[in-house]
Amino acid sequence: MIRVVLPQHLRRLAGIDGEVHLAVDAPVTQSSILDALEARYPMLRGTVRDHVTKKRRPLVRFFACQEDVTHEPPDAPLPAAIASGAEPFLIIGAVAGG
Amino acid sequence: MTAIRVLVGTKKGAFILTADGKRKDWSVSGPFFAGWEIYHMKGSPVDPDRIYASQTSSWFGQIIQRSNDGGKTWEQPGTPREDWVENQTSGVDPETGEFIMPKGESNKFAYDTARRPLTTHQWYDGTQHPWEFARVWHLEPSLHDPDVCYAGVEDAALFRTTDGGKSWHELPNLRGHESGPQWQPGAGGMGLHTILIDPKDPNRIFVAISAAGSFRTEDGGETWKPINRGLVSQFIPDPNAEVGHCVHRIAMHSSNPNTLFMQKHWDVMRSDDGGESWYEISGDLPSDFGFPIDVHAHEPETVYVIPIKSDSEHYPPEGKLRVYRSRTGGHEWEPLTKGLPQQNCYVNVLRDAMAVDSLDPCGIYFGTTGGQVYASANGGDTWEPIVRDLPAVLSVEVQTIR
Repeated sequence: MIRVVLPQHLRRLAGIDGEVHLAVDAPVTQSSILDALEARYPMLRGTVRDHVTKKRRPLVRFFACQEDVTHEPPDAPLPAAIASGAEPFLIIGAVAGG
Repeated sequence: MTAIRVLVGTKKGAFILTADGKRKDWSVSGPFFAGWEIYHMKGSPVDPDRIYASQTSSWFGQIIQRSNDGGKTWEQPGTPREDWVENQTSGVDPETGEFIMPKGESNKFAYDTARRPLTTHQWYDGTQHPWEFARVWHLEPSLHDPDVCYAGVEDAALFRTTDGGKSWHELPNLRGHESGPQWQPGAGGMGLHTILIDPKDPNRIFVAISAAGSFRTEDGGETWKPINRGLVSQFIPDPNAEVGHCVHRIAMHSSNPNTLFMQKHWDVMRSDDGGESWYEISGDLPSDFGFPIDVHAHEPETVYVIPIKSDSEHYPPEGKLRVYRSRTGGHEWEPLTKGLPQQNCYVNVLRDAMAVDSLDPCGIYFGTTGGQVYASANGGDTWEPIVRDLPAVLSVEVQTIR
């Protein structure tokens, strides 16, 4: 199972505690993880990426295995440790005041 | 038993203040949606337990929340958490027996580019800039159907739901109006912030946009007419232009939908012909800059404004928080000060942050950027704070429940 860590605001919207565990077919990419996340939690559609264009919202970032993968192509395979579930895929709200 | 419910949207969550008809002892619930900006909440006039809320964030975008029990519990329409996440088998249509797949579209505000291509409007510097959805500024439930609600959004456009908020559809001919390239954002963005539905004709709707001006439809949103004749704005090259005016708020009394009262960027204005022409009624106000304007529930010629010093100094003149009341439909104004701070007060009161109840005597409510919500149970003669230390208040609505 893929492990996903959501920011607190999105955990509360989805009504969940802790990590999300998702079944995602290979290849595991940003897009395939977000597709599975939005299918499981429809109320999160539009909060991480645009409903229509599927573009990442400007103040959201993605980290994997201590690397910033925000600007990797959405369909690029993520590290094996993400695909195996050894490491979580982190969805982060940018630190930008507030 | 009569009750009052005040819906307060703040920069960091929503609060609901309730009291009985005496309006003396208030209880405060919240924060709901803690940490999010709640631009606006409003209840359905036909079903006061049905409340719509606009929850927004620069990080995670637009969320629409809905309550069916007067604000005790909330859900995103079409994706109730209990049904979907914790007990997926309950998501079955009781009539057809089919599984209802939640679409998660209650947050989807996509411009209808099939009917009206995405065009551009003026940016702050006068260059052209494409329309981009940012947030819902104002929610206006139908006067007749609790499942119908209008949403005024930034960048300016009007959306409508007919299924209780599960999905939203643009009425694109407003955004697509030929004057669109001349519209420009105010300091807070190019928001559609005022939606007034004619109580006698649901197809007749007035809207106002910063800084485009006011518009009227007579056919439920198919065609729109700019109604800004008489408005004068020094910040546009032609001060009398058809569009480009920074209207801050329009108010109407339900008994007379042809008389409109407007607080503009500067100037308090009035129209007696449904917006065809406007004239100034600022009279003896200490400043005619301000944001909210409202009308007494039972006296159509009694109007309230809260003067602000200037467009560059968004706080009350002389540090005195004063509501001004005109009982003559404008021109002559009296300060209402009892119970309001009369020194060292430098808060602002935003455009959607004043409301009136429909009890007798009429109650007036407003919230400040300093987190106070003030109430008057006697038409403005005296005021008391209901709460003093909320986050900055963005919006105040009141429900009179009988």
